[in-house]
Amino acid sequence: MGGRDATMVLLDENGIRCDGRKIDEPRRIMIKAGGLKNADGSAYIEFGNNKILVGVFGPRDVHPKHMSNTDTGILRVRYHMEPFSVDERKRPAPSRREIEISKVIKEALEPAVMLEKFPRTAVDVFIEVLQADGGTRCAALTAASVALADAGIPMRDMVAAIAAGKVADTIILDVNNEEDQAGQADMPVGYMPSLEKITLLQLDGVLTPEEYKKCVDVGVQGCKVVYELQKKALTDKYFGKGGD
Amino acid sequence: MDNKRKYVIPGDVITTGPFRPEQNVILEGDKIISTTIGISEIYDDSVRVLTLTGKYIPKIDDLVIGKINSHTSLSWELDINSCYVGFLPAQDVFGRDFSAHADELSSKLKTGDLVAARIANFDRTRDPLVTISDRDLGKIDSGVLVKISPSKVPRLIGKKGSMIQMIEMATDAAVTIGQNGWVVISCESPEGLLKAKKAIEMVNEKAHVANLTDQIKDMLQIKDNES
Repeated sequence: MGGRDATMVLLDENGIRCDGRKIDEPRRIMIKAGGLKNADGSAYIEFGNNKILVGVFGPRDVHPKHMSNTDTGILRVRYHMEPFSVDERKRPAPSRREIEISKVIKEALEPAVMLEKFPRTAVDVFIEVLQADGGTRCAALTAASVALADAGIPMRDMVAAIAAGKVADTIILDVNNEEDQAGQADMPVGYMPSLEKITLLQLDGVLTPEEYKKCVDVGVQGCKVVYELQKKALTDKYFGKGGD
Repeated sequence: MDNKRKYVIPGDVITTGPFRPEQNVILEGDKIISTTIGISEIYDDSVRVLTLTGKYIPKIDDLVIGKINSHTSLSWELDINSCYVGFLPAQDVFGRDFSAHADELSSKLKTGDLVAARIANFDRTRDPLVTISDRDLGKIDSGVLVKISPSKVPRLIGKKGSMIQMIEMATDAAVTIGQNGWVVISCESPEGLLKAKKAIEMVNEKAHVANLTDQIKDMLQIKDNES
């Protein structure tokens, strides 16, 4: 969308964005671990106006059997948007975009999850987007990682994710729907904070090499903020009452 | 709680330095990182995390409670509350002169029966092999099955069996704990059975509480005075 409306009102002269945030300020984030009784692990996230529910099953038997791998477990991710999650009814069948995001999230989680401990099994992650407002893949990845930890799947590290981007020639943190539509660039970043490794990096738009570096940096800093909230969600659930 | 114990989540750096990583931790450079939600413990030369979530992963020599799922002409398949099915060969029950034509497997163990079994062999290439040919193992004829989270089994047993002994003494019940989180209680008196069941469920819910032993003791004794 190469900066068509870069001068809209995305960023005013005081450095305030269209929804009143500063350039390096994420939206309001609330994460809750658990909540679904029948899933082995679950999480709910509100990321600005995004509302996403994640359920995790496993490790469990693989069906169909031929998908199983004798060396390691497999991870399967389904990202799905509810028909009512967007302005105009979305057809519930998986679209090209949903299939792609499922794959992207799966590949962003794989470096963290220690599936080699469970050969011939599968871990299934179901992501349901109840309400979408830009940056769902980052919010979904963040919640999925909390749900996996809740399910007790061994992980090398949590994966936190947030988008950075460019609006009105300025690098910003946490791109919302308007900024995504009218902005100049959108870069989702997934990051493992303890291992200091990036597991997801996409870019839609045009950036100079300097801007690119700054954008990654801003994204990584944002992920550290998100990580603290993931940590809080899990601590609240497991050590909330009676803990020290 | 002593300061060597810490609540951790995946990715938390527990410590750095020359420690041996044990259960649920990995060594990354010189950092020792937790891989699960739990309580970390640092010993003289090793670090481990006691997990608070997760499914049962079979380990050789574990006592488990299994439920017969189905059988072929040569073996039974057991649900052992894990991601793998337990495999109980017919020779184990019928002896070495077992014959697939002459012996009918369902004459000994039927679908739905509960058995106390031991994991005889397990590695990552095949399903766990279980055995019931040992003292205290075999078909369970009576009792009530209680399902708890496998990660809370050590808490239910307690230090050197203190917790479970206390429950057994107070209720006159016999409790068989499977490492897979399935527990069978049998007791002569119905009150004792209910009380033991309640105590076990309480351990399951409050496993992370520090003075749980006292709470359980209170609960059992208060009930003692009432009856």
